[in-house]
Parts: sequence; C-alpha cells; structure tokens
Amino acid sequence: MLKMLHGKAKDEQWNNQIKEKLSPSLQEEIPFQDAAWPLPFVPGLEYNSPAHGTWNIVHMGMLLPGSHQIYVCGANCNRGVILTAAEMNAGDRFSFVEIKEEDLFNGQMEDLVIEGVSDILHKLPKKPSVVLLFTVCVHHFMGCDLAYIYDTLRSRFPEQCFVDCYMDPIMQKEGLTPDQKLRNALYKPLPMREKNLKQINIIGNDFPTREETELKTIAKAAGYTVKDITECEGYEEYLSMSESFLNIACYPLAKYGAEQLSKRLGMKFLYLPFSFHYDEINAQLKSLVKEMPGAVMPDTSLLRKRCERILQETKELVGDTKITIDATVVPRLLGLTRLLISHGFSVERIFTDAFSAEEKEDYLWLKENAPNLKVCATIHPNMRVYPRNPQEKILAIGQKAAYFSGTEHFVNMVEGGGLHGYDGICELCQKIQQAYQTKKDTKDLVVRKGLGCESCI
Amino acid sequence: MKQVSVTLSTYTADVSGVCSALYELGGMVVIHDPSGCNSTYNTHDEPRWYDMDSLVFISGLSQMDAIMGNDDKFINDIVRAAKELKPCFIALVRTPIPLMTGTDFEGIARVIEKQTQIPVFYFPTSGMQSYVSGAGMALETVARELVLPTNANGHFKENGIEIENVSNELSVAYTKKKNQQKLNQSEQKQIENTESKQSNSKIKINILGATPLDFSVNSTLDSIKEFLSKHFEIISTFAMGSSIEDIQKAGEADVNLVISSVGFPAAKVLEERFSTPYVIGTPVKGFAGIIAEKLIDAAWTGKSQAAYFSVTSSGKSISRATNGIYIIGESVISQSLKAAMALKQGIDATVICPLETEPEYIGENVLLFSSEEEIKAAIAEAKTVIADPIYKTICADETNFIALPHEAFSGRIYRKEIPNLMEWVTI
Repeated sequence: MLKMLHGKAKDEQWNNQIKEKLSPSLQEEIPFQDAAWPLPFVPGLEYNSPAHGTWNIVHMGMLLPGSHQIYVCGANCNRGVILTAAEMNAGDRFSFVEIKEEDLFNGQMEDLVIEGVSDILHKLPKKPSVVLLFTVCVHHFMGCDLAYIYDTLRSRFPEQCFVDCYMDPIMQKEGLTPDQKLRNALYKPLPMREKNLKQINIIGNDFPTREETELKTIAKAAGYTVKDITECEGYEEYLSMSESFLNIACYPLAKYGAEQLSKRLGMKFLYLPFSFHYDEINAQLKSLVKEMPGAVMPDTSLLRKRCERILQETKELVGDTKITIDATVVPRLLGLTRLLISHGFSVERIFTDAFSAEEKEDYLWLKENAPNLKVCATIHPNMRVYPRNPQEKILAIGQKAAYFSGTEHFVNMVEGGGLHGYDGICELCQKIQQAYQTKKDTKDLVVRKGLGCESCI
Repeated sequence: MKQVSVTLSTYTADVSGVCSALYELGGMVVIHDPSGCNSTYNTHDEPRWYDMDSLVFISGLSQMDAIMGNDDKFINDIVRAAKELKPCFIALVRTPIPLMTGTDFEGIARVIEKQTQIPVFYFPTSGMQSYVSGAGMALETVARELVLPTNANGHFKENGIEIENVSNELSVAYTKKKNQQKLNQSEQKQIENTESKQSNSKIKINILGATPLDFSVNSTLDSIKEFLSKHFEIISTFAMGSSIEDIQKAGEADVNLVISSVGFPAAKVLEERFSTPYVIGTPVKGFAGIIAEKLIDAAWTGKSQAAYFSVTSSGKSISRATNGIYIIGESVISQSLKAAMALKQGIDATVICPLETEPEYIGENVLLFSSEEEIKAAIAEAKTVIADPIYKTICADETNFIALPHEAFSGRIYRKEIPNLMEWVTI
C-alpha cells in the first residue's frame, strides 16, 4: 500500500513538473519538445474528420452472436447508429424506440422504454438470445429508473438475456467511455461455469488476433484453446468462453471489461497490450507462460533478430520518405513512433489529441531524441482547413494520417488490427512496405465505417 | 407502437438539417453536444464533407459543464475559434441535453456577437425533429438575416421602403429591423414586377430548398438549373452552388421556386420582406413544364401557389383503377412525382409523407404517417411502392417496389443509385 501511495505521489509530482514547464497549445500543431503531458492541445470546439475506420458501439455489439441491439434515443442520435448497422448489412439485428421532446418532460420515460422494447420483441420474427439495450445521455440526466426497466423486461421475457448498454458520451470526460462500457457489457451474459484449464480467452478485441502471434502459437503449442468473441461461430460457442480460466486483454479500452469479467467469474487476468518494446514483449510472454502450465517460452533473441531484419529491410525500401502516423492505428502511438525513429525512419508528424498514460517513458524519450517531430491535433477546429495537398510523397500509417497528409500511400489499419508482439512488429513492417509500393483509394477507403466489417456503401 | 421501428431507418434530424442548409455559406456552425452529432452528420448526411471544407463543429459538452451551467467554456471556445477562422456568421445549434438544462442560447449568442462582432444565429433544434424543420429554419434565417434589401439606382429597398445607412456588409440585413413601416406590399410588388417585365427579358427567380439531403450531389440540381435558366434568370439557390453574394441578392427575384419543403419558410420570409410570390413544386421529368408556366403566372399576378395543385384539379382524367400506387417521401418532391404520373399516365398515386409538412402545400390523397406501424399498414396491399430502398423491408412480397433512394433516409448507402429526377421515369 505504501509503495502504491508513494508511487502515485511520485506520478503526480512528475505530472505537476511537466505542467509547470509546458502548457497545452492553442494551435493545432506543435513541435514535440513543446508538447504538454498528457494533453498537448487546449480543449475547444471539436472537428470530426471523414476518416471513420475505427469501430463504434454498433460494430462491437454485432460481435455478440445472436444479439439484437435496441437503442432508445432521439432521431439525431438514432441516425448514426441505425445507419451504421445498415451499412454493415446488419439492419435486421437493430431496432429503436424514438424519444420525442414531450418524453423528456412527461415522466413516462420508463414506460416508453419498457413498452417500446416489448413491442419490438413481439414484432421480431424470432426473439434474440441477447438484447443489447442502449440508453443514452438523457436517461442519465432525467434520473430514469433503469433498474425498474430491466427488472420489468426480464420478468416479461425470461428467455431473453437483457444487457444494459450505454450510448452516453456526455459522461466520457469524467469516466468510462461508451466504448469501454460496451467492451465490459459484451461479456455480461457469460454465466459461471466449471473451468477448463486448457482454455483461455482474449477479451475485448474487435479483430481476431493473428494466428502467427507468439501469444497464440505458445498457447496452441501447449494444447490450449484460445477463445475470442471475434471468432465465435454462434451463441453457444460464445457461452463457452465462461469455461476459460484465463482472460487476456490486449486492447487498452478492453482492460476494464476483462478485469470485471475476471472478478465476476473467478478467472485469472493478464493485460498484454501490443507493445513496440522488445523488453516489454519479453516480459509479457514470460507472464503468459507462467500462467499456462506446460507452455514454453520461445527463443526471443531469434524473434528480435527477425524484427530487426525486417525493420532494416523496410527502412532501406522507404529511405527518407516522410512518414506520418495517427493514434487510431495502434494504441501505442508513441511506442511505434519511437521504434521507427530509433531505426532511422523519417517520421515527420504524428496525429493525436492526447497521449496514453501507458506511454510516459516514450514521451520523455521523444522529447529528448525527436524534439522537432511535429504533433498535430485531429479534432482542433483548425484541422478543418489543414492543408492536405503535399508536394512530395508521404507515407502514412493510419487512416487519419492518410487523410490529413493527403496521400494514397498508407497503412489501412485501426486499433492494432489484430497484431501483437514480435510478430505484430514484423507484420506492420510488411504493411508499411506494401503501402510504400502501392497506392490506395484513400477517399473511398477511409470514409467507410468499421474497418473489416461488411460495407454496403 | 408509433415510436417504435423494428426495421426502418429514421430521417435526418433537425440538427443535421441546419448544418446541411448552411454548409456552403461561409459560416461556422457549432452544435452544442457532447459527441456524435458531428460524426453522424458528416458520415451519413453530408456528401460534401470530404472535398469541400466547411466549419461545422461540436462543443464537446461534458456532464460537469452541463450540470454546473458552465457556459463560459462554450462561449470562449467559440470566440477563440471564430477569431482564428473568421467565419461570415456563427450558428448555434441545440441538442437534447441543452434543451433539458435550459441553456440560454439567446443570451450566449448576444455575448458571442459582442465579443466577435460577427452575426450569431441560434437555432432551437432538439435533435428530435426532422431535417425539414432544421434546414427550414436555417434557410428562413438566411432569408431574413442575410438577404440584403434590393438595390435600385443606389437606393436600398425592402417592400418598396427605402432603407437608410446601408453598406454592402452582412450586417446590412440587421438594418431592416429599423424599417417596420407598413405598406401595401403586394400592390407595390406588382408595380415593380410590371416595371421589371417591361425593362427586362427574363423573369428573375430564386430556387429555394436545395440541400443534398433531398437532392444528393448527383446531376439533379444541375439539370433543374439548366432547365430553368432557359426560361428564367436564376439569382440564387438556397443553398447549394450559390455564393453568399448571390444569396444576398435574392430580394431582386420576381418569383421564388420552392423545390422541397425545406425552402418553404424562406419563401414565406421573402414574400413578407419583398412581396415576392412563390411557386411550390420540384421540376421532375414530365412536370417541369407546368412549373415554368406557374412561375411566369406567379411573377405576373404576384400570387403564390403549389404547382401540382393545378394538375389534380385540371380536369385531366385520372384512372382510379390504377390506384394502389404509393410514393413515400418528402412532401413537395413526392407530390411533384405524383403530378408527373398523373399528367403522363393518368395515374392517381397516393403520397405518404413521413416528414413535417404544411397544410398550404398538401394536395389530395396525401397521408401524413410517420411511424413504421402506420406506413406498413397503409401499404399492406399496395400494388406498387416508390420509396427509398429501406422501405422495401416493410412491403409485402408481391408488391412491385420501385427504389427511389433518398439521402435523408438511407444516407450514403444508395447514393450511387440516386437518379437524376429530371430524367427519371417512375413507372
């Protein structure tokens, strides 16, 4: 406890020191040496770029086999989620109850939700196994009795599993984001079951983890089955995730949900984010092997050599081509930037609105070693008129980087893209090489919602 | 249950409607919202977002600021951005949470206007009405606040009344508020119209109600303009493809053409300010000629009218036997299609309008249903349904479904299939 307290005090002291030295910038672009921690830019009005490949709550909800999403909100909020479902050709797994102005003030909101959801379930040709019921900001503000709503619905429809889900972005600056809440909610239907000591889960990802990752090869070589919601064929297989003895979260926004699930079902938990540091990857693999009896630690020196070789090959190919990277491509933006700069790549600019708390060490390294690296906001109002017509070839890593850099050479990936560990670094290098050598239709690709989902546009 | 939708989409809401209507006018639109409104708008409601920069932002309202009434952040953020980006005007757009908390937008608008010296307009949207309401109130404000009094021989006039101290600035629109004298408006306009016809060859018109929500970004609007420009001089189009300078001159028109419900409130304002009559109707294939006739008629008589009314009451024989044909969509466009079908084939289709509309331009055989339940029941035995493809999910298998994608309903999903209405033949 003392260590924790001292550790926290030390962190706060460190943060205060940084704050004293640097203030968030009013401008949309600054050199890294002037970037304040953890928010380099003064919050203000927010612009939303046309790059939409990251997943939203609708895409995520569709991962739960047999689920049906019901949203209770006004038309403007409804439209974004309805058309997300329609664009991914999943309109038949989506319904809504529309809130009108009078519903905000007539004290009948609970009845509206209950009767609306009941009506939808009666009208559906087949009742779903799971109902993901999304309430929104206004329910929170009016003090809507959600417990009463869920109790009533569960008693009316005992065969259905109702999961409380939230589209309440007004709460996200002071607490969990709707994204984090949903990555928790998606596993609430899992019941307590006897544990299978040869089965583990990967929790909260949007993309299946590559089979070639060390994480999967180590587990499979030792006879473990790896379950992941992204790969479940049906509801029964999803339910079998309850039998796993270990949950692994690789995506930062999934950590909360994986922890909650582990506590609730008495499972072990590991947080193994996609790292760009060899030492951290080694530590992750060691912790994984330690939790899985019979698993064997691979020869990491060989894996490291392979990474170095591919990094060198990639550098030789792209030469001094200017590179831009954005924060949607991998959770550890600064780690990736550091890796590339330390291997001689000409990273010119990164696009992010905040730095991850996990990347303090990389932040300090970049401050010292890449003071002129440009940090560019993505939501700052000035980004609406940011020049997007470069006079030279730019290689972008990520959709927003591609859009803002005005380039057709880009790595089209979001949220880590299922990459992990040494294999992830090598695979990312391959994608960089491919992006350098071939053009993509940026306008057609980045505007599509939910990269990897079916897109009907 | 009327507020329930099992399979259908919902129409673009009022918030996006405001943004869409003001998109090309050089202003800065700020939606007072936590998150999501801007993404929904630019993804599903705004086909110009990628290629045409326009200043549309959200405030990023947080729970704490909403509860504590911290309007200072909202004001300061807008003032800072406005000083940097220098918009022609600022539009404040309301969403559900500020509606619930009773945010004083009018007071906020005055503070921002004082600090920036830029006109600020507030739109009391709720996020719960359709784009017809939002875009309608936006274009109404454009007509009221941005259109200059007419300039004749160096004298600025509004309803024939000379306005003093007018400079060629946006703020000139405000000076009209000082000129509230009454005059026999229609009489004055008739005189001006007559003088105009005597001295000029072409009748001047404005096209009101053009947004991508109803007309997408295909060739429809260009075709409409091409057709109309053969007969008329187009002063401005509210609000696609016209500069703010064009819009400012809208008061010079002899007659206005309302091509969608969105343009109706602006037409009323221009009638009030300049006594300009209006004609309601969309120039679609088979009906455009009637509209041209009605525009000329209105310019001469000064009388406003819905062009499609003349078709249904023109004595043409309409075969009741072909009934069972339904058109679902926006009121003016759907009734124009109905008129075209009546003219060409003698078919009396039924229009189902799920959006806000006004009694003034609703003709016979128009059903005002907005819920999935009502619409599904109405078309249960339909022979033919003409509607956005998403409506097909509630049609009977044996119904002949003719897809007419509508950006304000299905967004960008069927954008490539949206037809040019000046070339499209229904059935």
